[in-house]
Amino acid sequence: MPKTLGKVRPHPTQNEALLFELSSPGKRGYQLPPLDVPETDPEAALGAGNVRREIEDFPELSEVEVLRHFTRLSTWNYAIDLGMFPLGSCTMKYNPRINEAVARTEALAWAHPYQPEELSQGAMEIIATLEQYLAEIFGMSDVTLQPAAGAHGEYTGIMLIRAYLAAQGNPRKVVLVPDSAHGTNPATAVMAGYEVRTLASNEHGMMDPAAVAAAVNEDVAALMVTNPNTVGVFEEHIEQIAEILHAKGAQVYMDGANLNALVGVARPGDFGIDVLHANLHKTFSTPHGGGGPGAGAVGVKPHLAPFLPVPRLKREEGMLRWDYERPQSIGRVRAFYGNFGVLIRALAYILAHGGAGLRQATLDALLNANYVRARLEPHYQIAYDARCMHECVFSDARQEKKGVRTGDIAKRLLDYGFHPYTVSFPLIVHGAMMIEPTETEPKAELDAFCDALIAIAKEVEENPELVKSAPHSTRVSRVDEVSAARKPRVRWTRG
Amino acid sequence: MLAACGLSSLEDLYKHVPENALIREPLRIPPGMSEYEITAYFREKAAKMAHGYASFLGAGVYAHYRPVLCDVIVQRGEFLTSYTPYQAEYAQGTLQSIFEFQTMICQLTGMEVANASMYDGSTAVAEAAMMAYRITGRSRFLAASNLHPEYRQVLDTAAHNARMHVAGFPFDPETGRADLSALEQALDDDTACVILQSPNFFGIIEDVKAAAELAHSRGALLVAAFTEAVSLGLLEPPREADIAVGELQSFAISPSYGGPFAGVIATREKFIRQIPGRLAGETKDQDGNRAFCLTLSTREQHIRREKATSNICTNQALVALMATVFMSVYGKQGLRELALQNLAKAHYLAEGLDLRFSGRFFNECVVRPRRRSVEDALQVLLEKKILGGVALKRFYPELGDCLLVCATEMNRRADIDTLKEVLA
Repeated sequence: MPKTLGKVRPHPTQNEALLFELSSPGKRGYQLPPLDVPETDPEAALGAGNVRREIEDFPELSEVEVLRHFTRLSTWNYAIDLGMFPLGSCTMKYNPRINEAVARTEALAWAHPYQPEELSQGAMEIIATLEQYLAEIFGMSDVTLQPAAGAHGEYTGIMLIRAYLAAQGNPRKVVLVPDSAHGTNPATAVMAGYEVRTLASNEHGMMDPAAVAAAVNEDVAALMVTNPNTVGVFEEHIEQIAEILHAKGAQVYMDGANLNALVGVARPGDFGIDVLHANLHKTFSTPHGGGGPGAGAVGVKPHLAPFLPVPRLKREEGMLRWDYERPQSIGRVRAFYGNFGVLIRALAYILAHGGAGLRQATLDALLNANYVRARLEPHYQIAYDARCMHECVFSDARQEKKGVRTGDIAKRLLDYGFHPYTVSFPLIVHGAMMIEPTETEPKAELDAFCDALIAIAKEVEENPELVKSAPHSTRVSRVDEVSAARKPRVRWTRG
Repeated sequence: MLAACGLSSLEDLYKHVPENALIREPLRIPPGMSEYEITAYFREKAAKMAHGYASFLGAGVYAHYRPVLCDVIVQRGEFLTSYTPYQAEYAQGTLQSIFEFQTMICQLTGMEVANASMYDGSTAVAEAAMMAYRITGRSRFLAASNLHPEYRQVLDTAAHNARMHVAGFPFDPETGRADLSALEQALDDDTACVILQSPNFFGIIEDVKAAAELAHSRGALLVAAFTEAVSLGLLEPPREADIAVGELQSFAISPSYGGPFAGVIATREKFIRQIPGRLAGETKDQDGNRAFCLTLSTREQHIRREKATSNICTNQALVALMATVFMSVYGKQGLRELALQNLAKAHYLAEGLDLRFSGRFFNECVVRPRRRSVEDALQVLLEKKILGGVALKRFYPELGDCLLVCATEMNRRADIDTLKEVLA
């Protein structure tokens, strides 16, 4: 194999054991100042039975060992900072470092949630401003920033619907979820006390108004719709579908995972949505951090506003206050006021772009997705003919004939220096390959990615085993996930 | 690029979107700012915040020193800008660090398995209750009334929507500890779990073992909660509990006006299939090298959909990494020494003051100002640039004359002395 493959050439990475294996008794990496008050005898203060002898097997390392440990581990990761990360519906875009810098502004980072409101006005203004801008982007009247992630926002949104319907006398029983939806949607509906009924998508990957009409009755509380949906297609009948739901007294919830396709171009509030969540760690560029933290802003129309989680901000004599007196509120969904540090980053992103810049980013995201689609369509089977928005979905139908599946192609992409697309999702596409480039990829990176996938398509024809046994140049070869699940070993133990 | 797509203008990109759905006028958001302007914007907001105050605020969010390495590591782009490690071969760094996190949480809490993190302590309590429901088939939860009041509110919201029931049981007005005879009375055969926080909201150590025995005697589980993770450096972990949940904010996570933090949930091996959220597990690659991957995902929403243990997807990975680095820096000795400093500062603070409760406490205690009302005391302290504690009236009307005061290794003796003068 040539040393250089596409844009990459392998280089050595350091081996690194577990912290516990590196540990040796008596080593220390911490410093504490001398205690400036008398010592307290722990057994006398806490009771002998309440004092632990030691934390068994807790690591003991020097400072340089800790730094090297985590630095070495970091080199085993792929990241946006290294290249394109085209996971569909995940919106892995560049995370500007100014957002990290401002989130560390001392008086914001060290603010205690219970410090007096008079001494918290800056943080409260940040929250109020972000709520206002997001309401504008969503086309909604009110926004809560309390939910900690997208799924948490969904949960909040469905509880809002339940509270609203219950206030009218009947919370109803069923939530409709299209078969193309993210798994969080049905899981959320169940947590919020509903039964789930699945709606089949039509041959264009869209919801069919007739099918929706047939499914809606007085038991249906809501429809959870993702728009653009998970095949990257705008639900063209969305307004008509919303009318069908509303005519039966039901609500329309929108999963905003794909909001990156809409900002500044179309507003959910304008096409019939009652409540939506948006993932600030997707569209608004707060870093994914290997799986969080996120934030799940929820926007609502005025009829749902009385039910929003407490506390809400209100303005009183020129000051912002937290208002806990909201008798119709669903209550709290999280302690304090939300993932404030994430909110700072999202506001910084909006400020950097401005209204016009946000729209331009959306158009660039659509252009990048359409460009990737155009380049790959001769080589891979597009899942649906409908024009795509911010992501495009292919099927592995052509490669399957050679025994190569979407998961194999994904692993081979690793050898070419790219994180794969989203594999085998949405479930309605056979062998799905779901690609979302985002607006922040330069054309050269898009081309390198397309070249890699085109080269792999050729490899599938000429040497399918090469692809099926990939990856070949990563630190570890294909990881055995089946054994991991059969005999789960989820912590280190001595011996 | 447009030509390659067969398009002639950017507007063509959305011409299939129905006209009615398109935005009619530009977004009412001001024009974009430069880095310099954004920095100035947030500096201006920061100027409207408390700055330069000595703080004795705790109540679930604690001011602890943050070792420099914690920020150095989480700002590495390979951690900061990577995704959930579904592609194991390209995410071994994140996966091994999660495995180490899970291990250290087990070591700290005395449990056998821990997940990769929850949103925070409050949502972890609600998830633990739902887990107890799945294990026992029962739908009533008993929560100690000295559980963090906002955690209780989150639990109430979750239980109400799932059509389950939460009941409280009181604390002893003398000791500030949960009233275990009241717990015994309140337990019944519908009780899925008892939720007990230690140190509790008043900073007082609970008898987790006795509460666990009571719960188990009626077939219920014991969920042990904590908000002050540093206490686990010194205190016996809740070994008798069935589920341990808590908040790791104390481990290098900035108070940040309430988040992002990191919650934990840990349990017994036998309940592993009922735990919510992500788990990293050890395995091998095809060549026999040690490797890690996410595992038991058949519990999770992306596989199980409406039958999942929880809807949680994104958790608090980077924040959990920060806590992992913190635990590695302090290590076995350091965490104990840190806890001892906290204990000493808080007991020095409490000495000679009118403590509302007699129970043993770690680094927080409930104080009745002797010569002033709570409001006056806080005002006098503010003038001395001190945030004097949390007035308990908003959570417990019967404790309207009390302050919850916290001392950590960050509080200097001189400030503690000033606080004591005002509260004495």
